[in-house]
Amino acid sequence: MCLGIPGKVIEITGEGFMRTGKIDFDGIVKDVSLAYVPEIEVGDYAIVHVGFAITQLDERSAQETLTLLRQLDVVDEELDPEAALAAEQRRAGGGTP
Amino acid sequence: MRYLDEFRDPEVALRLIDEINEMATRRWVLMEVCGGQTHSIIRNGIDRLLPDSVEMVHGPGCPVCVTPLDTIDKALAIASRDDVIFCSFGDMLRVPGSDEDLFQVKGGGGDIRVVYSPTDALQVARDNPDKEVVFFGIGFETTAPANAMAVYQAQQEGLENFSMLVSHVLVPPAMRAILDSPTNRVQAFLAAGHVCSVMGYEDYFAIAEEYGTPIVVTGFEPLDLLSGIKAAVAQLEAGRATVENAYQRAVRREGNIPAKQMIADVFTTTDRNWRGIGTIPASGWELSERYREFDAATRFPVGDIDTRESPLCHAGEVLQGTLKPDGCPAFGKECTPRTPLGALMVSSEGACAAYYQYGRFTKAAAS
Amino acid sequence: MTIDGWTCPMPLRDQPNVVLGHGGGGKLGNELIRHLFLPAFDDVHLQDLADAATLEVPAGRVAMSTDSFVVRPLFFPGGDIGELAVNGTVNDVAMRGAAPRYLSVAFILEEGLPLATLARIVASMAEAAKRAGVGLVTGDTKVVDKGHGDGVYINTTGIGVIPDGIDIGPARVRPGDVAIVSGTIADHGMAIMSVREGLGFESDIVSDTAALNGLVSELLNAGIDVHALRDPTRGGVASTLNEIASASDTGIVVDERTVPVRRPVASACEMLGMDPMYVANEGKLIAFVPADQAEAALATMRAHPLGEGAALIAEVVDDHRGMVVGTTPLGATRVIDTQVGEQLPRIC
Repeated sequence: MCLGIPGKVIEITGEGFMRTGKIDFDGIVKDVSLAYVPEIEVGDYAIVHVGFAITQLDERSAQETLTLLRQLDVVDEELDPEAALAAEQRRAGGGTP
Repeated sequence: MRYLDEFRDPEVALRLIDEINEMATRRWVLMEVCGGQTHSIIRNGIDRLLPDSVEMVHGPGCPVCVTPLDTIDKALAIASRDDVIFCSFGDMLRVPGSDEDLFQVKGGGGDIRVVYSPTDALQVARDNPDKEVVFFGIGFETTAPANAMAVYQAQQEGLENFSMLVSHVLVPPAMRAILDSPTNRVQAFLAAGHVCSVMGYEDYFAIAEEYGTPIVVTGFEPLDLLSGIKAAVAQLEAGRATVENAYQRAVRREGNIPAKQMIADVFTTTDRNWRGIGTIPASGWELSERYREFDAATRFPVGDIDTRESPLCHAGEVLQGTLKPDGCPAFGKECTPRTPLGALMVSSEGACAAYYQYGRFTKAAAS
Repeated sequence: MTIDGWTCPMPLRDQPNVVLGHGGGGKLGNELIRHLFLPAFDDVHLQDLADAATLEVPAGRVAMSTDSFVVRPLFFPGGDIGELAVNGTVNDVAMRGAAPRYLSVAFILEEGLPLATLARIVASMAEAAKRAGVGLVTGDTKVVDKGHGDGVYINTTGIGVIPDGIDIGPARVRPGDVAIVSGTIADHGMAIMSVREGLGFESDIVSDTAALNGLVSELLNAGIDVHALRDPTRGGVASTLNEIASASDTGIVVDERTVPVRRPVASACEMLGMDPMYVANEGKLIAFVPADQAEAALATMRAHPLGEGAALIAEVVDDHRGMVVGTTPLGATRVIDTQVGEQLPRIC
């Protein structure tokens, strides 16, 4: 269900339920209702679904998630060269069904 | 930060797959509830990269698949009327009703328009005051704030020629129905990230506890999906069953409060029939008393509808994860993407269509 | 030509819109031909206004193709129906390796269409024909009642001359060939989407409509042994690859990571839930060439303005015959089937 795409608020007009934003989805801009994200400001990112911003994206959580994902792997394989080699071999065969 | 490419990094994804592989000591069955997640899994080939120890079952989280046949037939009847402009998300146009689909109604002269947002349908109503404009208000919790706002605005503006055919469905009751099934195989859920963006995930704690089933709130990009799968497998391996949020950048525990308030005003809970599954108590939303005047189902009495589901279709069992698509006797014979008997063979993320495509490939590659 | 520079004022100028009489054989129809079509198309074959054009064709084989054009809106970012109608047929002829020479054009006009709009479309066709180096040599106009058409429908038929020794067609594709696309995909389809009622968005996405005969002749002049050429219009790259796989009884493996898509186009596809592989192009071709000529073909294409973004996207294999398989960004495989019907924006 529920195709939701992240975009950046570049302009805000109106108030209350009529609060509307221009949202830049990396190269295309669409008018989107900001009725449900009353605190969002220009420069913030939101997930947009069928013309409505349904949630503001939290950059700090995003960074934390990414840092965690990237670091964990590196540490794993640095500590265990054999695991790294095994992983490499699996990956080599990983593309075939 | 673009919030997209970062979460598609193939190197990190492949490492996550390795970690999942190393972690799993036996075979686990996970269900991603959401059709959008299924789409992403298939589009990226994640199902082909996961180790055999993790089986992903594609859940009922796609309005195309679960909107009940009598509602589709009602939509077809309303859309056929000369005085109606029928607006819908593109998804619904090819969903088979008892006799035809919206495309065929359009071919027969029905004025059917694909819109991006329910507010676009409102605009069609403003622009066509001499026509009745009906919006097909389908979807899960994620779509409800938008549909609710359209109805709210129509009332505020006194837009009398606008109405909505509502068939909203809810995730938590569907999860319970799946877990209650005596033949259930699902051991952990990836909860639908955008549903939780709206509703939060408070409701899931009771389910996790009652059924001993891990539930991980999961996003849609490859790294999100793999993080969700990894967290679910970790819980299963450790014998834990709780709710985790693997989509923190977009989901707060309490959800989106203003959106929930609007939903509570415009909609009210009702029993809902799920196509192929049957009626699940308190699993849907209909317009609340205050907004009933905008209900297309009462505005356009379409008489008795005699629904006929193909007797060969086992979509319900597939949706609940108790039958694999290729276990259905009609699979690949009477039922193919070009001649779908049920909704699961229609959309590319429908479990049957996905199985069909891959089966065709492995057969061709083997010969 | 624009409506301002339109030279003959009477009595067309008193008649701002198309009326049924414009499609008859009478005075109004004659006015339209003499004062709107002839000055724009300016071709020697048209001057005698005979029932048929007589054409000089050299000995050898000719390629002939016809296509009808219906598009809403008539004018869209980067082009219009007139330009599309010329380029589309020129490209179909060129995809057999032929040098397009002549086009016919037939208009179905809807009563009430502003003549100024028709003049813009005709001017755009004339320019496109000039750029492609083809003559618009014969034509026809019919008018339908108001409400029975979307303003203008255009049919064009094209004839081109196939140089000696050139044999280009899907049946020649074989395992070991590679497929090269001449540039970014999905631009045209998303340019149209951006101005569709109820779906629109702001962007700098423009249609890629262009005549590809120049690019094709560059490839042939460079001595590339082109096995097959296709312009991936409706149904996009995915459908074209499927047609080739099926016609040549081969399998095709496309590496999705190498398929060029402009960022705003990719974003628009994300937003509407569409797959760029299935979105229409109007100024791109896919060339199937032997693998050992891939570098030469790429270099030749990249040296041409319409092939600057050329990229090798697929390999032809002797496996899973008749099927197209994609390598996903994660390195997995997925089946890329022909689209069943039109791709629609989705929410799910």
